[in-house]
Amino acid sequence: MNMPDLAKLIFGRLTLEAIPYHEPILIGTFIAVAIGGIALLALITKHKLWGYLWSEWFTSIDHKKIGIMYMVLGIVMLLRGFSDAIMMRAQQAIAFNGNPGFLPPHHYDQIFTAHGVIMIFFVAMPLVTGLMNYVVPLQIGARDVAFPFLNNFSFWMTVAGAMLVMASLFVGEFARTGWLAYPPLSGLAQSPDVGVDYYIWSLQVAGVGTTLSGINLIATIVKMRAPGMSMMKMPIFTWTSLCTNVLIVAAFPVLTAVLVLLSLDRYVGTNFFTNDFGGNAMMYVNLIWIWGHPEVYILVLPVFGVFSEVTSTFSRKRLFGYASMVYATVVITVLSYLVWLHHFFTMGSGASVNSFFGITTMIISIPTGAKIFNWLFTMYRGRIKFDVPMLWTVGFMVTFVIGGMTGVMLAVPPADFLLHNSLFLIAHFHNVIIGGVIFGLFAGINYWFPKAFGYRLDPFWGKVSFWFWLVGFWVAFMPLYVLGFMGVTRRMNHFEDPSLQIWFQIAAFGAFLIALGIGAFLVQLWVSYKRRDELRDVTGDPWHGRTLEWSTSSPPPEYNFAFTPVIHDMDAWWDMKERNAGRRLEGYLPIHMPKNTGAGIILAGLAFVFGFAMIWHMFLVAGLAFVALIVTAIGHTFNYKRDYHIPADVVARTEAARTEELAAHV
Amino acid sequence: MKMLRGLLVPALALLLSGCDAVLLSPSGDIARQQRDLIIISVVLMLIIIVPVIVMILAFAWKYRESNKAAHAEYDPDWNHSTVLELLIWSAPLLIIIALGAVTWTSTHKLDPYRPVDQIDHARALAPNTKPLVVEVVALDWKWLFLYPEQGIATVNEMAAPVDRPIEFHITASTVMNAFFVPSLAGMIYAMPGMETKLNAVMNKTGDFEGISANYSGAGFSDMRFRFHSLSDADFQAWVAKAKASGTALGREDYLKLEQPSEKEPVHYYASVAPGLYNAILNRCVESNRMCMSDMMALDAQGGQGIVGTYNVTSLDAATRTRVGIADDKRYVGALCVASNAGGQPMTPAGRPL
Repeated sequence: MNMPDLAKLIFGRLTLEAIPYHEPILIGTFIAVAIGGIALLALITKHKLWGYLWSEWFTSIDHKKIGIMYMVLGIVMLLRGFSDAIMMRAQQAIAFNGNPGFLPPHHYDQIFTAHGVIMIFFVAMPLVTGLMNYVVPLQIGARDVAFPFLNNFSFWMTVAGAMLVMASLFVGEFARTGWLAYPPLSGLAQSPDVGVDYYIWSLQVAGVGTTLSGINLIATIVKMRAPGMSMMKMPIFTWTSLCTNVLIVAAFPVLTAVLVLLSLDRYVGTNFFTNDFGGNAMMYVNLIWIWGHPEVYILVLPVFGVFSEVTSTFSRKRLFGYASMVYATVVITVLSYLVWLHHFFTMGSGASVNSFFGITTMIISIPTGAKIFNWLFTMYRGRIKFDVPMLWTVGFMVTFVIGGMTGVMLAVPPADFLLHNSLFLIAHFHNVIIGGVIFGLFAGINYWFPKAFGYRLDPFWGKVSFWFWLVGFWVAFMPLYVLGFMGVTRRMNHFEDPSLQIWFQIAAFGAFLIALGIGAFLVQLWVSYKRRDELRDVTGDPWHGRTLEWSTSSPPPEYNFAFTPVIHDMDAWWDMKERNAGRRLEGYLPIHMPKNTGAGIILAGLAFVFGFAMIWHMFLVAGLAFVALIVTAIGHTFNYKRDYHIPADVVARTEAARTEELAAHV
Repeated sequence: MKMLRGLLVPALALLLSGCDAVLLSPSGDIARQQRDLIIISVVLMLIIIVPVIVMILAFAWKYRESNKAAHAEYDPDWNHSTVLELLIWSAPLLIIIALGAVTWTSTHKLDPYRPVDQIDHARALAPNTKPLVVEVVALDWKWLFLYPEQGIATVNEMAAPVDRPIEFHITASTVMNAFFVPSLAGMIYAMPGMETKLNAVMNKTGDFEGISANYSGAGFSDMRFRFHSLSDADFQAWVAKAKASGTALGREDYLKLEQPSEKEPVHYYASVAPGLYNAILNRCVESNRMCMSDMMALDAQGGQGIVGTYNVTSLDAATRTRVGIADDKRYVGALCVASNAGGQPMTPAGRPL
């Protein structure tokens, strides 16, 4: 074999040309990221934190630590996804009257694709999964999830996917296809470069993590609830998590399959979605939305759970209509599979098909409406404390009903013919995703932060963040509704009609306000850390909570509960407090716990190498990485040192310390 | 106060200009009916949305902790009321039943495939009115319009007589686009190898904007065209102008035109090669390429089996050089090319190539 062939086998199509050194924005970003990264690594090294991070976090199979790591991932990726948003808003605000703006289509088209992909897969998904991971086992009185190692592996696979997206920034380029990469545009003929391959492999790698995490949480909720917690006594957040994970397990394989078909088209020359040789791109559009629509509910159902917990806790009242809340959640879960076609009424289906999907879509608004009413009547005759989580909740309710209304407008097919693909559509789904999912995540973060870290988040900066987000959202997206009515389409790089410009400038200002909201949130984290002694929660129950997670200390011991609680009521902890059920203080037994392992991070690292090698056609490397992946996975099954017992006296000491602390702060 | 007015006046002016938006004041009957639907659905939903928003804010305010007056009402265990539950499920249900009925009827009435049945809400269509057929092809990144009745073709500009129904036949060359004239009617996708249809009628004369409403790659933002709605006489003059342009759109010209280009200026073709639109739709503009219609007819008969996989060809080098196409694109070769009486090659279905 001669040298060029060998080089091709090792490096595939990766050459120095792949480094975008001619793009000043990317070089600037790269330098900033490199300096920041080196500074961070240096700090970790200086404080000798590597061993701590490795043994206490990276290899941890504790659902609480994995949950926190998911949240960190989501927040870091939020900064990336939001930088994309700011650049798009700036581009559209200036690209008028022949001014091409500062982003040529080649770059701009990657940005809007990356923005969508990152915000959905690497911001909203990790944040939602992180909350579920942290809270669900605590809410059901369990000591961990059903498959603790799988949990660690799922997390690192999500990180590997995120790293592939980030790598595309500095090595090669990302897809220029829109976030769902419709063929034929994403096919080999129209997108021969690596962008779509980055898209495919980052989603495939992360998708493994998401699917496995879905299986894990279903098993946890179904099999590991504390005695007495029947299905209709589960906390609402656990219910919505269960439905979400059912959706994940049923929907993500469809995404995996459709991306496999697209990669076959791109790698081995099949013709599933090509224009010629019998391919049909409409099949891709159908399949990806059969995943894509349930995905919307995967994101929003858990935060519906968060809002239910928050409303009930801060109104200091039992949740109104628990049963109808549960039924509404289940109805939404089922219906979310019957509406996918409303994303492409304009593809030319017959009137009966279009009306069917339009009407099923509208039907979803009935259970969703019921949920809103239930929160409303939970507030009714309550005694509402407007702490930060409750502010986010009220902000959500007002914002979300508007988003719901515009959603139903889009569900009327003839109206959709006018509004489809317009900025009205963009405004609508940001209205429900920011106004619903993001607001809910912030409510959840502010609500459960004291549980996770032992101190509350600073309320002042929390309120600053909330108001900037709320006002910023309205200022950024109301102009987009108007522009939609003016017939402006999404994904435009520049404009001709100068009368549109003012609206884009207002929207850009709104995005700037949201940036301040994100900044205030980061300040909030920092200030709270500084003031952690003043904000300390020693009771484990800072909000006078209702569900089991508040019965244990903040942060909870690694085993969560010294004794498995017995449940008599839906609001188990509230019920215990009402009955003055004291903590049991003796008779501790050794606790069986899973042991940390580095297998998850190693496997995910290999998956990253495999994905990267596939993207660049480095088939030798890809083959080796794949073999290593399989060997490591099999090797891990021979690791029999996977559990240990916390001795009874250690449990006794931990619990005694808590007893003392509680007594000291009565 | 002055400052407030200084802020309010431009804000109000802005809002009013927003109300003037093209989707809310359309010029074609279909877009008008679609606009009416938007308004009907909003009004129907506001029946429930407005009270909900008022209640959210009112309850949040009234039952705040610092409002001691409401403490007497505090009832931590109140969590169920059958009457309220019935109400909160049935109120949205009723609205959705109403909206669902509107949806069903309007979706059928405004089905883009359905010929228009009125000029506008006041004027019925004369019986046996023949619609103007316009064949639309979305290319990278420009629009090609073929007028079979007039025998002309145009790029990035189209015209139609006012108040005459138009029947668009829409396809694309490589990727998905959406054909959208906002003031005329809603959009519909333009997809390669497939045909969608749109029936519409314009009620005002004037110069309107048409766009692609589905992202299609680098040149997408400039993929615009003008839609001229003209009186009958002006339309005839416009057709005459195109005819006078003198250039013909043959198959090789199309292959050249099909190559990606951005910000393509308007141009006219006086004549169009016979069967060109069908060849574009069936992806067989190249003379040695099998039409999809033939391929499907063959497949319906059981296909060619393994032999079919060898039947792959590409455009000959001479034609590629002449037309200026760099890539050697592979496709299924046409079978049994025979000549008809006039010496013209034929495909199995008997269509001249």
